[in-house]
Amino acid sequence: MDCRFVRTTCPFCGTGCGMLLKVVDGRVVDTLPDRESVVGRGHLCIKGWSAHEFVHHPDRLTHPLVKKGDSFERISWEEAISLAAEKFRGIAEQYGNDAIGGFSSAKCTNEENYLFQKLIRAGFQNNNVDHCARL
Amino acid sequence: MTNSITDLAGSKCIFIIGSNAAESHPIIMGEIYKAMDAGGVVIVVDPRRTAVAENAHIHLAIEPGTDIPLLAGMMRHIMDEGLYNAEFIEERVEGFEEFRKFVEGWTVEEASRQCGIEPSMIRRVAEIYAKADESAVVYCMGITQHVCGSDNVIALCDLTMLCGHVGTEHSGLYPLRGQNNVQGACDMGALPNVYPAYQPVADPDIRAKFEEAWGRPLSDKPGLTVVEMVRSAGSKIRGLFIMAENPALSEPDVNHVVESLRKFDFLVVQDIFMSETARFADLVLPGSSFAEKDGTFTNTERRFQLVRKAVDPPGSAKDDFSILCLLGNALGLNFNYESPADVMSEINRLAPPYGGITYDRLERQGLQWPCPNEEHPGTRFLHQGRFTRGKGLFVVPNHVAPKELPDEDYPWYLSTGRMFAHYHTGTLTRRAKQLDREVSRPYGEINSEDAAKLGVGEGGAIRVTSRRGSIVVDAKITDRVRKGSIFIPFHFAEARANILTNPALDPRSKTPEYKVCAVRVEKGES
Ligand code: SF4
Repeated sequence: MDCRFVRTTCPFCGTGCGMLLKVVDGRVVDTLPDRESVVGRGHLCIKGWSAHEFVHHPDRLTHPLVKKGDSFERISWEEAISLAAEKFRGIAEQYGNDAIGGFSSAKCTNEENYLFQKLIRAGFQNNNVDHCARL
Repeated sequence: MTNSITDLAGSKCIFIIGSNAAESHPIIMGEIYKAMDAGGVVIVVDPRRTAVAENAHIHLAIEPGTDIPLLAGMMRHIMDEGLYNAEFIEERVEGFEEFRKFVEGWTVEEASRQCGIEPSMIRRVAEIYAKADESAVVYCMGITQHVCGSDNVIALCDLTMLCGHVGTEHSGLYPLRGQNNVQGACDMGALPNVYPAYQPVADPDIRAKFEEAWGRPLSDKPGLTVVEMVRSAGSKIRGLFIMAENPALSEPDVNHVVESLRKFDFLVVQDIFMSETARFADLVLPGSSFAEKDGTFTNTERRFQLVRKAVDPPGSAKDDFSILCLLGNALGLNFNYESPADVMSEINRLAPPYGGITYDRLERQGLQWPCPNEEHPGTRFLHQGRFTRGKGLFVVPNHVAPKELPDEDYPWYLSTGRMFAHYHTGTLTRRAKQLDREVSRPYGEINSEDAAKLGVGEGGAIRVTSRRGSIVVDAKITDRVRKGSIFIPFHFAEARANILTNPALDPRSKTPEYKVCAVRVEKGES
């Protein structure tokens, strides 16, 4: 059995408590507070304690999906990425760059947020980028 | 926030307004308890007797949406009694004369008439806040989710400057962020008017810097906000890319949002579950959870902290960093980053306050920005000795009553918010057994007298209707809410509180008024 602990940061509220994920054979099985973290200092709230529970949930999305009629069909990553690029480019050509926008995410990392706003700003020469922070 | 979470424990007075930290931010509440143990006084302002109000020394149950009248009354008393910090104002703040006129336009009695708190109580609270050695203000969505939300924040800033309670270890302003990386999303420029580190898109020098770094021409025109983009679906906005957000549950008046989501020519949603929003997508991209990626989050005290990959994403799902790189390259943008750390070096170069924040340095404790270079230790509290903008500025807040108040047809107040066991739209926490065991059904809190009048018992069905829609929830009978008011948490997809809420926006922050709208409550058919 391979068992290790990965030091990370709680994904729920803006407090940012430090936590340890217990990983056994490639699965996250438990969450523990991190005593060395300056935030939380060895404490988590009830949400933090259960941070591992949704990670391996059977409802997780595992493949890119494209809408066909009323349902979704699996497609490959190559197809998905070129479809997205093609459609967005087509819309920008037909209606102008300002017709494209994006919602970035307060749940994603700083690096992902940075890339997301760069993608919209540099890719479509507009500033239609925001996130749902106001909630 | 201006200060650090653990600094709260040393405050002599903590003024908490529009935040139920005991449920939404329990670990920060721990610091507040420490302050109480050390003799600090805790004052809570909230129309509901929330868990934090129950534990406070003083609770002011104001009328919904009357924060500015209360604060104006307090500041009037502070002026009258000469309890303001004249030396601090003289040295460090501008605009006092104009501000003084605003305050003198109020009386404690008028404030009392509007907010429903006895004049003697307003005076008492004002004195406690002003006289304590170091007082802190803690606030959350109860302040910002109003049509005059930005003005509420301005009034709080004015109060802290008036008393000189900012720029020291245990004073300051503590906005508590709801989601884990709201701070970071804003810091990284996921906002329509600024690049990373709040550098305006309209500033030609700044824009030139980014054009050069990114090798592309950029627009000087601020973009549209979330609410504006949803409203322009199928007209101004044709193609939309949503990364890990769920506006079909989180935005006000969601019935209307759902209609809009259908109108985009092409909608791409990247998420880890088939969210209520993803169902409307033309293309769904499977992303990664926090346990499957490397990167950083920035908490509410401006602290960058590492997120570390523990396991691989399921099936052929990819981490969001890789998906963005693939898409960027497909759009011809040269997103040839090797790792998230590589992205951080670009951030270091282009965003001066984060210049010294490198992965090596984050290993142990993280770093609080501003941290302009690799030698800089980070900043525990802001505005020490001088304000970031040089001098502080008193701004006159403009009080606007909630846009929709109870009337004959819709005689109840509705407010929405969080509860302890769930997070945001519930996509994550509702799937956690431990949390679903705590609370698994949507509910609305009503007062016992109202429950008796409606003839419903604990757990009985009640139908709640606003001008925009109707939902059925279980009655939770508690005298934490006032008569004529109902509180509904917004985490539940099967009874979306945001079907009811009013999309009226604060004109400046574009924050919707989630905290007040008018509804009708009836006994439901169960
Ligand atoms: S453990 Fe609780 S308080 Fe700490 S960051 Fe997570 S959700 Fe917030």
